[in-house]
Amino acid sequence: MTVRKIKLDEQTVLCQPDEPLLDSLLRENIEISHGCRQGACQSCMLRSLKGKPPAEAQHGLKEGLKRQNYFLACLCYPQQDMEIAYSHHRDYVTYATVKAKQMLNPEIMQLVIETDEGLDYYAGQFVNLKREDGLTRSYSIANHRMHGRQLSFHVRRLSGGQFSEWAHQELQVGDRLAVSEPQGLCYYQPGQPEQNLLLIGTGSGLAPLAGIISEALHDGHRGDIHLYHGSSDLNGLYWVEEMRSLQQRYANFHYTPCISRGEPNPDKARGRAHEVAFKDLTALKGWRVYLCGHPDMVAASKRQAFMAGASLSDIYADAFHVASSSVD
Amino acid sequence: MTESLYEQLGGEAAVNAAVDIFYRRVLNDYRINRFFDNVDMEEQAAKQKAFLTMAFGGPNNYTGADMRQAHAKLVKKGLDDSHFDAVMEHLSGTLEELNLPQDLIGQVAAIAESTREDVLGR
Ligand code: FES
Repeated sequence: MTVRKIKLDEQTVLCQPDEPLLDSLLRENIEISHGCRQGACQSCMLRSLKGKPPAEAQHGLKEGLKRQNYFLACLCYPQQDMEIAYSHHRDYVTYATVKAKQMLNPEIMQLVIETDEGLDYYAGQFVNLKREDGLTRSYSIANHRMHGRQLSFHVRRLSGGQFSEWAHQELQVGDRLAVSEPQGLCYYQPGQPEQNLLLIGTGSGLAPLAGIISEALHDGHRGDIHLYHGSSDLNGLYWVEEMRSLQQRYANFHYTPCISRGEPNPDKARGRAHEVAFKDLTALKGWRVYLCGHPDMVAASKRQAFMAGASLSDIYADAFHVASSSVD
Repeated sequence: MTESLYEQLGGEAAVNAAVDIFYRRVLNDYRINRFFDNVDMEEQAAKQKAFLTMAFGGPNNYTGADMRQAHAKLVKKGLDDSHFDAVMEHLSGTLEELNLPQDLIGQVAAIAESTREDVLGR
């Protein structure tokens, strides 16, 4: 075995044969969080930027993380020189042109862009969009993968939200944006078409969920698919008709729009989306659960889904994305 | 050579099977679940897994000092013997639910029990 060169940011570290990568990095005083040193705590997770990491180093990681070349430094004995990063590398992979803007409700705009190059993504992932001056926000991709280079996003306008205000008011069809590599773990994994799915979203958290649902239906998913979309009032809901017609077309798709405040409405459930959902569905053993929206809702729902029997590895939520796109 | 406790229990697969059941039991127990409020569930589950791996006699390098440090905050919040007992109950309950042999359950319980003083910071 030979010594391997490991590049992390600007530094290059030499990893000795039979030495776990974590030790080589720590030896060079590079700060890497770590705990158990045996692959259990996953705190030493890094990402390979060039090619697959050694398979043993991905032991125990979620499928999505594996596919994105994440690995555990304490289990990694490099087989070749590597280029690695702390977590997401923020490289912008392509540029895109704005194709359309359309209001979905008084607050949320659908933004459609066409990228210069095709992106390899999964429904439910997000990208960072960057304005010329560097201002950046993450937005979930709201469509499934059959759309080629077209991506759509739901941009909620927040007062004081720099990017969203600008996107709503000033961004024009024909303008250009930089687009990052697709990221995030809250996405549809093909392969278990019989599994029941529960999706809970608030506000523009519907975007990734709608992408996941259309991907699943397109893929011939046979298990039941339950969507609960919530907002405080009627104004905050959108795509109600679209979801209803989807429900008519697919017998296994069930849609429940929920309203937590304001006037009771005859064809909307009353209450917060996750509360309504967990009242309806009490036994979630074997289910796959997707959560998108307000961080409090996501945290509470994770716990409730788990308590109702869903395995933690079947609960998908993306805290980072939640923080950056739905809240601002 | 005889099989280690960890191997007899079924190794990592057994730990994985136990984690969900164990953690769900703990969260369901009003006596102790307040200690788990406001924690990230995935992080917490990873810790539970490391703990179970240790209790199963599997590979680990936990020291008493790590145990102390990890629970110091909870001790400040009032963690005491009664809570430790509750966790022990759930540990045995989990292993019984998985139909593991009684003598192995006893061995796991003994390893877990050996952390009591460190966990409670005494
Ligand atoms: S240090 Fe715990 S997984 Fe690597």
